[in-house]
Amino acid sequence: MQLSDINWFKYAAPQRFYPLAGKAVPWCVAVAVVLCLVGLALGLFIAPTDAQQGDAYRIIFIHVPAAWMSMVIYLAMAFWAAIGLIFNARLAAMLATSLAPSGALMTFIALWTGAFWGRPTWGAWWVWDARLTSELVLLFLYIGFMSLHAAIDDTRRADRAAALLAIVGAVNVPIIYFSVKWWNTLHQGSSVSFAKGSSMAAPMLAGMLVMALAFWAYCIAVSLARLRVVILEREQHTQWVRAELGVQS
Amino acid sequence: MRAIFVRDMRLAFRRRADTAAALFFFVIVASLFPLGVGPEPALLRTMAAGVVWVAALLASMLSLGRLFADDHADGTLEQLLLSVCPLPLIVLSKMAAHWLCSGLMLSLVAPLLAVQFDLPGEAIGVLLVTLLLGTPLLSLIGGIGAALTVGVRGASVLLSLLVLPLCVPVLIFGAGAVDAAVSGLAVSAHYSLLAAMLVAALFLAPWAAAAALRIALD
Repeated sequence: MQLSDINWFKYAAPQRFYPLAGKAVPWCVAVAVVLCLVGLALGLFIAPTDAQQGDAYRIIFIHVPAAWMSMVIYLAMAFWAAIGLIFNARLAAMLATSLAPSGALMTFIALWTGAFWGRPTWGAWWVWDARLTSELVLLFLYIGFMSLHAAIDDTRRADRAAALLAIVGAVNVPIIYFSVKWWNTLHQGSSVSFAKGSSMAAPMLAGMLVMALAFWAYCIAVSLARLRVVILEREQHTQWVRAELGVQS
Repeated sequence: MRAIFVRDMRLAFRRRADTAAALFFFVIVASLFPLGVGPEPALLRTMAAGVVWVAALLASMLSLGRLFADDHADGTLEQLLLSVCPLPLIVLSKMAAHWLCSGLMLSLVAPLLAVQFDLPGEAIGVLLVTLLLGTPLLSLIGGIGAALTVGVRGASVLLSLLVLPLCVPVLIFGAGAVDAAVSGLAVSAHYSLLAAMLVAALFLAPWAAAAALRIALD
């Protein structure tokens, strides 16, 4: 098939995307469950105990993937919001709104598990460290996005206003991150980086990466499921939604 | 563009009580802190910069809500959108007028508060400079939030929720410069960073706020 034969915008219509998302959700759920079990088994039983931190370090199998997802989802949300704003694509804007609660949840989990890890390791539930603080600011940005969207009744206007806020936030996130970083730094350095490779034992790294993939699958599944609900809600006046729900009119 | 600026200034001048109220809010918030944490001079000296900066942030939130809301209520905003003058420039002149009535006033009162907090002389100078560099940033970033929340339910609370997280870097470098000055470190890096953010915001913020206004009045 030639490239030009593909209709790139086929699934941009909510009506066509709805069944596609419906097919993808169970697969993503299955992948998430399997990977989560494998990852937890790797992390809790196979990975060795850390020399310095003891078994307390094992919370990273939840903490690090959640923190990664919180940032990835913000970028994805800002990206789809921008697409929705620029090309006036309804589905992209709906996707952005369905990503936001997952992102906020991931940010919250990262902060919460971080507190549990900080208590035995640093001796404090919370410290005003760069990464913690910028993660907290990220949570505020998610909450701002959702409350702005909720405060505007006209959904199309709400989409566009929230999209602009997401873009402004995305421009600001690096600035906030570096400003907080220069302000104060206590958080341990990154154990995984592209420049140095990993400084962790292989089973630990494997467990963490598997868990990260599980979180990806979970977030995709939940966001798509939420997106399906958003589509039904916003397209409720259309014929196909009525047929889908079996409503007699 | 100059006409808008002059108009906004004249409006602010005719409603002097509003400007003064924000100013007194600033002074009151800053004065509450010593009452709350106790009058030890050493403690107050370390807190001074942060307290003044946070109070300035909150005080500028107060007046930001009205940046576009009044014009929206009486329909002027729609006329401005139809004007031949580019909308970002109009927005910029409104932000400039807002800064003159709020940020500049706050900066001029701040040295007095700094004396109350027993800051040394050169630190007061640094505080003044950082406020002069930083408060325009608050007006610019806050202008985006004000434009986004035009005509929205519960706009003032939402405005603070949207804008305050975005102002974190301004607070950090503004208060950080004064702390550096108190402990005898160089402050030029803080000035450069604040100025860099100001230049970037001067370019981008009016544009974003104009886009937000177009969305709001679609």
